[in-house]
Amino acid sequence: MAESVTFDSDTDFAGDAFLRAEALACQCGGRVDVENLSFNLSAGHALRLAGANGSGKSSLLRQLAGLLPLAAGSLAHPFTPSRHIHYLGHDDGLKAAFSVGETLAFEAALAKTDMAVSLLAELGLAGCAWQFVGDLSAGQKRRLTLARLLLDQRPLWLLDEPLTALDARGRTLVEDLATAHLAGGGMIIAASHEALAFATQELRLGAGA
Amino acid sequence: MLKALENISAHYANPTRFMALAAKWHAPLWGLAALCLAYGLYRVAYVPDDYQQGATVKIMFVHVPAAWMALFGYSFIFFASVAALVFRHPLGHVAARAAAPVGAVFTLIALVTGSLWGQPMWGTWWVWDARLTSVLVLFFIYLGYIALWQAIDEPTRAARAASLLAIVGFINVPIVKFSVDWWNTLHQPASVSRLARPALHADFLYPLLIMGLGFLLLFLALTLTRMQMEILRQKLRRRS
Amino acid sequence: MSLFMTLCGAHIRLAWRGGQTVLAVSFLFIAVTLLPFGLGPELKLLRALAPGLLWVVLAISLLTTLDKLFQADFEDGTLDRLRLLPLAFEAALLAKLCGHFLALVLPLILSVPLAGLLLNIDGARLPLLLAAMVCGAPALVMLGGIGAGLAVSVRRGGLLTVLIAMPFYVPVLIFGAAASQAALATGTALWPYLGILAALSAATILLAPFAIAAALRVAQD
Repeated sequence: MAESVTFDSDTDFAGDAFLRAEALACQCGGRVDVENLSFNLSAGHALRLAGANGSGKSSLLRQLAGLLPLAAGSLAHPFTPSRHIHYLGHDDGLKAAFSVGETLAFEAALAKTDMAVSLLAELGLAGCAWQFVGDLSAGQKRRLTLARLLLDQRPLWLLDEPLTALDARGRTLVEDLATAHLAGGGMIIAASHEALAFATQELRLGAGA
Repeated sequence: MLKALENISAHYANPTRFMALAAKWHAPLWGLAALCLAYGLYRVAYVPDDYQQGATVKIMFVHVPAAWMALFGYSFIFFASVAALVFRHPLGHVAARAAAPVGAVFTLIALVTGSLWGQPMWGTWWVWDARLTSVLVLFFIYLGYIALWQAIDEPTRAARAASLLAIVGFINVPIVKFSVDWWNTLHQPASVSRLARPALHADFLYPLLIMGLGFLLLFLALTLTRMQMEILRQKLRRRS
Repeated sequence: MSLFMTLCGAHIRLAWRGGQTVLAVSFLFIAVTLLPFGLGPELKLLRALAPGLLWVVLAISLLTTLDKLFQADFEDGTLDRLRLLPLAFEAALLAKLCGHFLALVLPLILSVPLAGLLLNIDGARLPLLLAAMVCGAPALVMLGGIGAGLAVSVRRGGLLTVLIAMPFYVPVLIFGAAASQAALATGTALWPYLGILAALSAATILLAPFAIAAALRVAQD
């Protein structure tokens, strides 16, 4: 039951958001894997990075997020990574010693908003507020990492294997969130070896690129 | 002058060209080092005994240049690291890595000869003299640097982390020297246990300088050889 | 600012829950307990050596807490999170280090009086010793953080962190112990020593986060 997403007026990119990438390269441990990747993305569109594991999808996402320097090529977009980009990587970024409620409160504080009571229900974690993250199942943990997408409205989402470890309910949640985000003018780039329902474009990495 | 240096370093940034240059300089450098050290030792043998310390003063001619090289070595690593990280010179990491064990061994020599020099005077094998203490801390700085290179598996990451350590640690060296000197004045040892250098008049100064030059040439020869080894090793790794 | 406090508080909570505070304080007491076995139980000797011994034990206890500083975040993806906050990465790291100081170092310093009791320390000198420690400990945390940042990608890099940080600790220990000894000798002004320690701490608080951020970026490349 994700509502349509609207952005802060001072970061309102709806319609103006874009991302142009030219001649990017993926690299893994100093070795350049795949080269000369170019794509254009505009508001309301989602790009799926497809390819086998190890084809460098993660490193490409990290370069887009600004976590890695660009191995090659150029990138043009109006975003400041620390304000306008959500990066959800392989690792959860969750602390096992925190409870679910504390994690959500922490995320809300980082997003400088208040935690809505309905957040737990939206994530399918109703009644889990007092459970420690360490005791959650893998699917529940992945759902918990989605909290920041709901709390902090940022135009560009970079998702690394968003459907991993999720059951059917989790997958529906991701797809709903993604669809709502795109409907509000956001952009998504997701690396996934499975097909993504919300993806409007596709880029193949690795063999057959 | 600076521009000329820049051009030279850019010219030899190419490993193949550097290897050609290194091959040319290899033998002459070792030869010069050997000659200089031989001549220095010959001069040292004829240095008159110090009235106070006797013949053991001659250890000074190894101890002091070794300490100089210890400090020079770390400065070399610092400049190579700056070249590598800041100016992205391809040979910077190679140079720094090559020089590290050489500098560490010179530091160890300085420590051991310092201990040997002082033993007849003090009756013990070690005192916390300001210079010896500083050199000991410098030895640990070298060890930490080398350990960091070894500990990180991935070569580029290891190189960058080590260069960062060298740059940050270089600021520490004068601070350590200053604070150790000050600490030594605070706690005046009961007996005169400073490694007092005899008055540096000509008889002592020239052999010392010649030994210093010999040690410098030896340092450069060793580092150059190690750089050649490292470049060859990298070539092998890339081919496999 | 609120982000800073959030991060700081989170680190404090994690350190406390991970039992690190209890471990660090226990280590301090264990180390102090071992000393008389090595030095002999003569009270006069222990009293004379106490301030210096306490400084060294504090520094070593601090060193043992360092390997947990960044490694967990490095491994579970939180470091990426910190880099993508509206707060500067260096400021986020400073927040973590502040949390580390409050959660671990302050309890260590607060344990010093009790540990000093075991070493028969002169009670009149205790407040001055603590003042010197409070002035100098931030420098120790920051410098240790540099070691932790450089060694973060090394599994079991605790000992490497200690080796890297040790030369940086020497000046702080020298001035810190001098401040403690000045506390012992009557008629010697304490303020210059506290000033130097505070200046060292201030300098490291300003500069170390940049070095640590650079080291963590290198580790993530």
